[in-house]
Formats: sequence, C-alpha cells, structure tokens
Amino acid sequence: MSNKKPLNLTLKVWRQEGTDRRGRLETYKARGISPDASFLEMLDVVNEGLTLAGKDPIAFDHDCREGICGMCGAVVNGRAHGPQRGTTLCQLHMRHFSDGDTVVIEPWRARAFKIVKDLAVDRGALDRIIQAGGYISVNTGAAPEANALPVPQAAADQAFDAAACIGCGACVAACPNAAAMLFTGAKIAHLALLPQGRPEAARRALAMVAAMDGQGFGNCTNEAECEATCPKEISLVNIARMNREFLKAALVSEER
Amino acid sequence: MTLDAKIPGGPLSEKWDRYRFDLKLVNPANKRKFEILVVGTGLAGASAAASLGELGYHVKNFCIQDSPRRAHSIAAQGGINAAKNYPNDGDSIWRLFYDTVKGGDFRSREANVYRLAQISNQIIDQCVAQGVPFARDYGGQLANRSFGGAQVSRTFYARGQTGQQLLLGAYSALSRQIAQGRVTLFPRREMLDLVVKEGRARGIIVRNLVTGALERHGADAVVLATGGYGNVYFLSTNAMASNVTAAWRAHRRGALFANPCFTQIHPTCIPVHGDYQSKLTLMSESLRNDGRVWVPKTPGDTRAPRDIPESERDYYLERKYPSFGNLVPRDVASRNAKSVCDEGKGVGDTGLAVYLDFSDALKRDGRPVIEKKYGNLFQMYEKITAENPYQVPMRIYPAVHYTMGGLWVDYNLMSTIDGLFVLGEANFSDHGANRLGASALMQGLADGYFILPATIGGYLAGTPLAAISETDEAFRHAEDDCQRKTERLLAVKGRRTVDDFHRHLGRILWDYCGMSRQNEGLEKARGMIGELRAAFWEEVTVPGSAGSFNQSLERAGRVADFLEFAELLVIDARARQESCGCHFNEVYQTAENEALRDDEQFCHVAAWAYAGENAPPQFHREPLVFENVALSQRSYK
Repeated sequence: MSNKKPLNLTLKVWRQEGTDRRGRLETYKARGISPDASFLEMLDVVNEGLTLAGKDPIAFDHDCREGICGMCGAVVNGRAHGPQRGTTLCQLHMRHFSDGDTVVIEPWRARAFKIVKDLAVDRGALDRIIQAGGYISVNTGAAPEANALPVPQAAADQAFDAAACIGCGACVAACPNAAAMLFTGAKIAHLALLPQGRPEAARRALAMVAAMDGQGFGNCTNEAECEATCPKEISLVNIARMNREFLKAALVSEER
Repeated sequence: MTLDAKIPGGPLSEKWDRYRFDLKLVNPANKRKFEILVVGTGLAGASAAASLGELGYHVKNFCIQDSPRRAHSIAAQGGINAAKNYPNDGDSIWRLFYDTVKGGDFRSREANVYRLAQISNQIIDQCVAQGVPFARDYGGQLANRSFGGAQVSRTFYARGQTGQQLLLGAYSALSRQIAQGRVTLFPRREMLDLVVKEGRARGIIVRNLVTGALERHGADAVVLATGGYGNVYFLSTNAMASNVTAAWRAHRRGALFANPCFTQIHPTCIPVHGDYQSKLTLMSESLRNDGRVWVPKTPGDTRAPRDIPESERDYYLERKYPSFGNLVPRDVASRNAKSVCDEGKGVGDTGLAVYLDFSDALKRDGRPVIEKKYGNLFQMYEKITAENPYQVPMRIYPAVHYTMGGLWVDYNLMSTIDGLFVLGEANFSDHGANRLGASALMQGLADGYFILPATIGGYLAGTPLAAISETDEAFRHAEDDCQRKTERLLAVKGRRTVDDFHRHLGRILWDYCGMSRQNEGLEKARGMIGELRAAFWEEVTVPGSAGSFNQSLERAGRVADFLEFAELLVIDARARQESCGCHFNEVYQTAENEALRDDEQFCHVAAWAYAGENAPPQFHREPLVFENVALSQRSYK
C-alpha cells in the first residue's frame, strides 16, 4: 500500500431525482481522500459529508465491491468505469488520480437504460435479453453424468472467456449507438461454443438478437468502444460469433 | 418447545432415498395452484425458484439488487466440492461426508451432511448440462483441485470465478422460467417482514426500493434464501447489501435462530488499510494450494520479504501441521495467523498481516501455469494494493467471511414456523462450527435444486391451507410495523450517520467476538451493544423520505436489525462454554492451543427464540447424535 498524500478533488456529479425529472451536474469537493481508497469509497466519504450537512447523498448502485457482481458503474471523465483498462468502478483506486483533479461522474446513458436516480440506472433490458434464450433448456435432474460429454479444453476456455461477462452495461454506455452487441454476443458465444449449447444455438441466436432490438438497443458500427471499456475484457470476436450464429440460423436453420 | 429435526430412520446412506419415497407428492396438475415466494436469487434462491418453476408451481422471486444475477454467491472464487473421485485419489461420498463433519468440528447433523455429500455429484452434472464452463484437462474431462481440510482433490472450478459461473447457470435456468411465465421476478425489493397467520408463513412485506412503496405478497409457502449475516461486523468479505433483516424479521415472528456465534473468519483476505474502508476482499483459499504462508522468525523484522533468508522465515503452518500444511481448515489457519501477529511477527505497516508467497510455485511451474490457475486473483490483488504478487509475496490477514449459524431448520429445511423454508447460508444446517472451502456453493445448490423441491411438496400436499388474502389483518399488521419502523428511523434526525454506527458495532464484535473470545469480553460487548443501540435511536440521521429511492434509509433499517441481532450473537457465544471450530473461547484450549470441545455438555445446536424487545432470548437445545462417526479431537498434523 502506498503512502502518498491525501487527495483533494472537485467532483461534478450528475444529480437527477427520478426517471422523469430533469437532471443537472452539481459540484462537490472531495477532501482528504486516501490514494488507497477505491472510487466508491471516495463517494462514500463525500456522501457521509453530504448526510451530515443535511443534503441528499449521491445515489449509486454497488454491491460486491470486488469487480464481479456488475452492479456498479458510472461514466468517469467520459469513460465508462473510468480511466483504467479492464477495471470496474469499484476496483478503480484513487491512486490513479492526482491532487486537484476535476472528476466528472455521470450515469450510463442509453435509451434502453432509464435513470432511476442520480447514477443508478435500470438495466432490466439486459435481463430480458437473457430471458429470450440465454440458457440451455435442461430441467433440474435431467442431466447426464458430467464427464459423459468431453469438451475440448480450448472450447471450454473460450466459452469461459465469453461467460466472464458481468452484465454491468458498460459496453452499452460506451457505444455511440448504445448497442448491446457485446453483451448479447458474449452469451450467444458462450453457449454456442459448448456442445451442450448446440441443439438450441439457432433458436437462441434468433431470439436473443430480436430481444436486443426490441429492448431499444442500437446497432453495431464497429467502433469497438465496447471492447475497450469492458471491465472483463470480453473480446469483440464474440460479436463476430454472434453474427455467424445469427446468419446461419436466419439463412439455413430449421428455425428461420 | 421440543425441536424435532425430523431426521428419518434407517441407515445413513438410505435415509434420503427412503424419506423422499415417504414424502407426499403434489399432483402435477395441482402444482400450479400453489403460490411460493422465494426471497433471494443467489445460488440457493435462484436454483430453488427455477426448479420449483420447472415443477409447475407458481413462483414469485424477489431480489434486493437490480438483477438476480448480482446476488453475492457471484463473488465465490475457488470452487465447489463433489465426491466424483475423478482423480481416483480415494474420494467417496463417505469421505466427503466425513471431512465435512470433522471440518465442522462435530457440530453439524450427520444426516444432513451425508445427504449433502450424496447430492454433490448431481450438482456437477446439472451445472455442466447448463453450460457452466468448468476447468478441463487436455482430454476434455473435468479438472479438480485441492482445498483446505481435505487430502483429496475434489474441487471443481472455473478459474477463480466459480461462484460467478454457477450463479449464471442458476440465473439462466431462472431466466428460462421467467420467460415461460412460471416465475415472476421482483427486482429491487427488500423483504421487511414475514406474515404469519395461524402459525403458518403466508406471505411477506417488501419495500419497493425504487418507489419506496410497501407491497404485500401472499402465498402458500415462503422460502428464504437471503444469505448470511457477516456484515454485522461491518468489515467483511460480504457484499454491501448483504444483511440479516429478512432472517431477523422471521426470527421475531417465531423462527428460532441457531448457533449465531458460528462466524467464519477466512484466513486469506487483503488486510485492512484505512478507516475509510468499506469492505474486505477475499483471496481464494485455492491460493493455498500453491502459496506458502510465512512470517519472519524474529518479531519486528521489517526487512523486505526478499531480503529475509530462508533460514529466518517461519513457515508456521507447514511446521505445525506437516500432513495438511498450508491446507489446514480455515479456522485453524486464521487462528494461527492471529497468534503469530500477536507475537509481533506480523508484516506490513500495521503488523496485521502474514505473507502468502508464490515464489516456489512460480519457480516450479512457471508463470503461465500459475497465471492460468489464479490470474484473476493476482490481478485483483494488484489493483487493490498496487503490488505485483508475481514479484513480491501477497500480504494477507483473516476477515469475516461466512456465517455457519442461521435460522434453525429441520431435515425438510423448514424453520420452526410451518411453511417457512430457509436455504443456503441463511440456514444453519450443514457446516457445524466451521465450513470447509468449496462447500458453500455445494450446499446452496443442493438446497435449491434438489432438497427443497422435494420437501416443499411434502408440506404442501400434507397441509390444509385456506386461501389467503392480501387484505387480511395479518398483512395489515405487518405492513403497519414496517411503516412505523421507517417513520421512526426518519424521525430521529440526529447527528451521526448510519455507517458511523455500523462501523462502531463492527469494531465491538471484531474485538470481543472475533477469532478469539473471552467471557469478560463477551459480557462487556453485550453491554456496549445495548448502549450503541440506544444511542442509534437517539442520534442517527437518515436523510430523505420513505417514498423514494433512498439508500440511506435502506442501510438504516439493516443496521437497526444488526444492532438487535448482534446481542444474540454475543449471548450465544457466551453460552457456549467450549471451543469448537471457529468459536474459540480462550479458556478452552488444548496444550497446543487448539480448540477444546466439551462433548458432554455442548454437543448440541443452540437455538434461540425471540422473547420481545428487551427480554433475553430463550434457549432451546437440539442434541446432536453421532451414530456413524466417532467424535474425536480434530487433528491436521
């Protein structure tokens, strides 16, 4: 742990009381912040001060604070989850900022994500994409012996890489079209890469892509901002895999 | 009250099969007539909701986060145990059962643990079929690794993100049922009370966290899968929203709380480094497969770790426990870390840390192998500490991690309130006084996929249940109680924040009811908790209103319940005049400083009944009967 001097920062934070209310940026001072504190711990300190001053603390979603639940996220100085690559907001530490910095903090912005309050948004649209087909249809108790179906190690590893998505929505927030292609592609790819996922691959690709469009997400124009911002570094290859699965399904499958 | 655990007769290995055969069944066509509420969407809750939906029940599933996929099961790193014996190293259902009972220091039920070990294999089958990307070897077969408290490799894993992958598997099954209309999802809802009518659980009151509205949900049965209460210590490895409220409210309505003092302090966490800190981060126990734990031999040695020669290092776990070495169970590893730090041999700025060193493993296996096994953990460590564990040893210290205690349940996983079932970490049943690594995921999924779906049918088929209306008096009363508590919290308008109280409470528990406990300290803590609770209701400040998205109010309600619950935790610790597993009362130890049980007097489950706001809780005892294993002093030497 470093022993650097505490930081004093100026925050410009998006405040919005509810979904249908007008929002605005408000300015706060964050004083005496330890460089070893996480970004969310810095917000905790600011919120303690606001509470004691009789003001409304900044609402933000967060839970595990270990970078795995996908609950947290905000656009920090124009970057979803802030400046550090492959890092969720809760794992971004203040040592990456300098004393005197101004930090602009805004919620994810996308048509499909309504603002709930301040930095908290409704990401239910991502759940609805999964509900459209992001699963293998196997009831509890219907599974064969686990080692009956060998899975080549490379396929298992690639499936894992895609399955590591935490559903935070940063890819959508970073995309100029507010597309959810990386999110959807990662799930389609995860299941399509595994032999267990093949029987439903065509139906899944068609249904999930339709749900993605239906929820109000945009299209992909190959900006690759999603991959650059993804805290789990999910590869763009998964969008290509999704397109391949979708085209196969739409052109030659029984499900078309 | 007599506590009947309803453990079936017959030989241990046949109990579950026989019992399932004896359970009444609900006709498939009748299942849709039953409404079941499942609170929580972690491994236990999501797997239960999905499996009940598949069976045809009508299920409502509630979660506190914005999506069911965020439940804290997601943060489990290392793995899930199963008795598959794929490595052919001598594992069996019996051995998994025995290791778990022994690891729990003989304070769990034989029949429950045996059933857990039996089901472990089906869980792996189920998860693989769902597409969980477990680690595999070159031949495409599933890979295994070792975990603490076992000498076989029985842990299945998905890099350091096993909990995430298993939860996403259960979430996908749940999502399928939601799409089919059999499960209705209620995200951003917090359960504030249980509705009991005529002695049976018939519904819940939840707060819609977006609008602040209180909602009534009636049902034929209620399933709590609301996790553990580790956050009573403020600093823990739990997620920020993890809390005791649902369990505590059920307790206040009549559900007994069992063994609350059994709180697991996990040995390998990133040490505390500042008073702004909001939580502690676990470094998976799987790291102890390849990392070696050591401290300098000389107290106060401040040299950099690389400058300390081998001869001046104390690999204390390997020295004291040659057969298990760095893989001793968690309670043993934690206590030893504390005692070397107490001797002044701790490292780092605070002296409250020990080294977990990978240099031998890196030399032996090379960086790519280590990176493949633990890459994400090393990366997480570096992000938090700004130190590279490939170059310098990790510094670790124990932290509150898991709670073996929980609501008392019988063999059906039903609490002392009829129709209230409790699953996963929220119940107390399977881990005794210490949980072995990679067993929490196993238990959560066993409860949700396989046990509850069978036993709840027995309850529903065998119980006459009148229709319940959400306008019923019982709902109005419960809702009024919630409303009053909220109004009271908002009305205090004091000058101390909720977090301030929570931090203070955590400090009391950590100091007096943590890794090591003394009677005087426990009594002192009890007084301090009472004073802190009184101060809370006079000095807390909760901004905002009840009718809106108000995270301060959410936290205030949880901390108010922690302040009540903490006293029960301390009372339970004081009452158990022995040491066992995680519960270490300094009076009761062997000559070698190991926990000394008193099987004559304390071979039981301590189950507490709520007796009113300022009345001491009533003690009930479920004797533990061991017919298949001999109680012995645990030895990992």
